[in-house]
Amino acid sequence: MTQVSFEASFQKKIDEEIMIEPQDYMPDEYRKTLIRQISQHAHSEIVGMLPEANWITRAPSLRRKAVLLAKVQDEGGHGLYLYSAAETLGITRDQMLHQLHTGAAKYSSIFNYPTITWADMGAIGWLVDGAAIMNQVPLCRTSYGPYARAMVRVCKEESFHQRQGYEIMLSLAKGTPVQKQMAQDALNRWWAPALMMFGPLDAVSPNTAKSMEWRIKRFTNDELRQRFIDVTVEQIRILGLELPDANIKWNEERGHYDSSELNWDEFWNVVKGNGPCNKERLATRVKAWEDGAWVREAASAYAEKRKTKKAA
Amino acid sequence: MSSITTLKYTLQLADNVLIMGQRLAAWCGKGPILEQDIALTNISLDQIGQARSLYQYAALIINNMPAADKAHLFNAPLLQEKINNQHTITEDDLAYLRDAWDFRNCLLVEQENGDWAYTVARSFFFDRFQYLLFTALQKSTDSTLAAIAEKSLKEVQYHIKWASEWVIRLGDGTDISKEKMQQALQARWEYTGELFAMNAIEQAAMQANIGVDVSSLQQAYQQQIEAIVNEAGLQMPTAAWMQTGGKNGVHTEHLGYMLAEMQYLQRAYPNMEW
Ligand SMILES: [Fe+2]
Ligand SMILES: [Fe+2]
Ligand SMILES: [Fe+2]
Repeated sequence: MTQVSFEASFQKKIDEEIMIEPQDYMPDEYRKTLIRQISQHAHSEIVGMLPEANWITRAPSLRRKAVLLAKVQDEGGHGLYLYSAAETLGITRDQMLHQLHTGAAKYSSIFNYPTITWADMGAIGWLVDGAAIMNQVPLCRTSYGPYARAMVRVCKEESFHQRQGYEIMLSLAKGTPVQKQMAQDALNRWWAPALMMFGPLDAVSPNTAKSMEWRIKRFTNDELRQRFIDVTVEQIRILGLELPDANIKWNEERGHYDSSELNWDEFWNVVKGNGPCNKERLATRVKAWEDGAWVREAASAYAEKRKTKKAA
Repeated sequence: MSSITTLKYTLQLADNVLIMGQRLAAWCGKGPILEQDIALTNISLDQIGQARSLYQYAALIINNMPAADKAHLFNAPLLQEKINNQHTITEDDLAYLRDAWDFRNCLLVEQENGDWAYTVARSFFFDRFQYLLFTALQKSTDSTLAAIAEKSLKEVQYHIKWASEWVIRLGDGTDISKEKMQQALQARWEYTGELFAMNAIEQAAMQANIGVDVSSLQQAYQQQIEAIVNEAGLQMPTAAWMQTGGKNGVHTEHLGYMLAEMQYLQRAYPNMEW
């Protein structure tokens, strides 16, 4: 087949919703886009462990401690699935981690905000994992097979994450006045950053069009964001908390909630590395990696010795 | 048999696994290899789960005790007041409202994580003990403790495998890892003597056939540890002196800081549901 017919048959598969598999032909740009997106997603899972791991040793009950620990562990597992999926595209985990550690690869900006009260564990599970689910459920049908299959496993666990977060919020909202205040404070702080998790406005989103055409993405940023707002406003009402944005109003005509413009300067500022925790999060990952170097070297030296012993 | 003995014995078992689990939990997100981060979390989760079963049992015993028997159980005023006011005590009251001198865990588990080799050494020494302890505790005449031991033993079998494999891997890895592992074994060994030194609670529990004669486990322990250390190509650690105290409530300085962190929310916002 010629290059042109390769590309035609690739696009035909995409259009017929046939999954692309690692051994199949794919345009370079498709491969690059996927590596960028999947590795960024994997990095988000493991950097995302940090703001919550921050509270494991301080969780207010043994049950909460165990549930949070299991939740953060799941995120590590998601990182594993996703690094493996990305590796099928011809990049190694070490290469991806190198990109993370040198700042060449990004991760979700949401994890550059600090977790300063216990209620943040509730808000993150509920809002951040909630937004992640909304972003990720469509990815279970994304065009690249290994990514789609990884996302099926991820999404199964994410709903437990959201439930545990919402349950924390519910306990606080139904608790003492100071607990309710703690919940409200967390909601107010995490609301806008959570909405920004869907990415920039469609009008200025550089990658959306091509990703839609290749069915890597299936809904636009704005569509998903609106869906999230509509669902979450109802949940805030059930919690009995105040809406975090005075401009949230039902729009009869659109059949959706209206809300304030987001502060996109803040968004881009955090993306650029100036969020409250960017430096700290990255430094923690780099330190874990560097402190672990001798352990990884020992493990591979040992594995190597076993291999030679077996061969002998 | 006195329920005070069962209570105190159960609490001692619980304190060990809670403190160990809490220490390991601090590694979450910071492991040297993602797979190992997850493995360590698994072990921590098992231990916290074991601690919960044991504290729940201890709380039940307290709640069923006649008031006169439980008027002076703990130094911690918040907890003791709750008991004296006939509140229903929970697992969390026991974990979060006692101060260091009420804790009866061994010194080994409260030692700081250090690097990967120190963490491995501490688990290696502790998990092997737990393995022998729970094996024997399955025969306890207290059916709750016997059942918890049986369930926990299945988990501990995985824990000892994990720790032993790492001792061997580091011992037989690079020159650097060998040296670090040797050093860590040496540094933590002085906390292993206490595991087998019977305190008054263990004596009483043994006499009542609910607890284990831990002094009888020492020989098997020594042999099993030595087998792995040899396989790793390392030297058996030695100690001129074995540290003791934790089992009688006299702890190292580390425990107080650890509890301050673990308990702070319950202390700053008392009497709330979370
Ligand atoms: Fe995710
Ligand atoms: Fe995740
Ligand atoms: Fe999650």
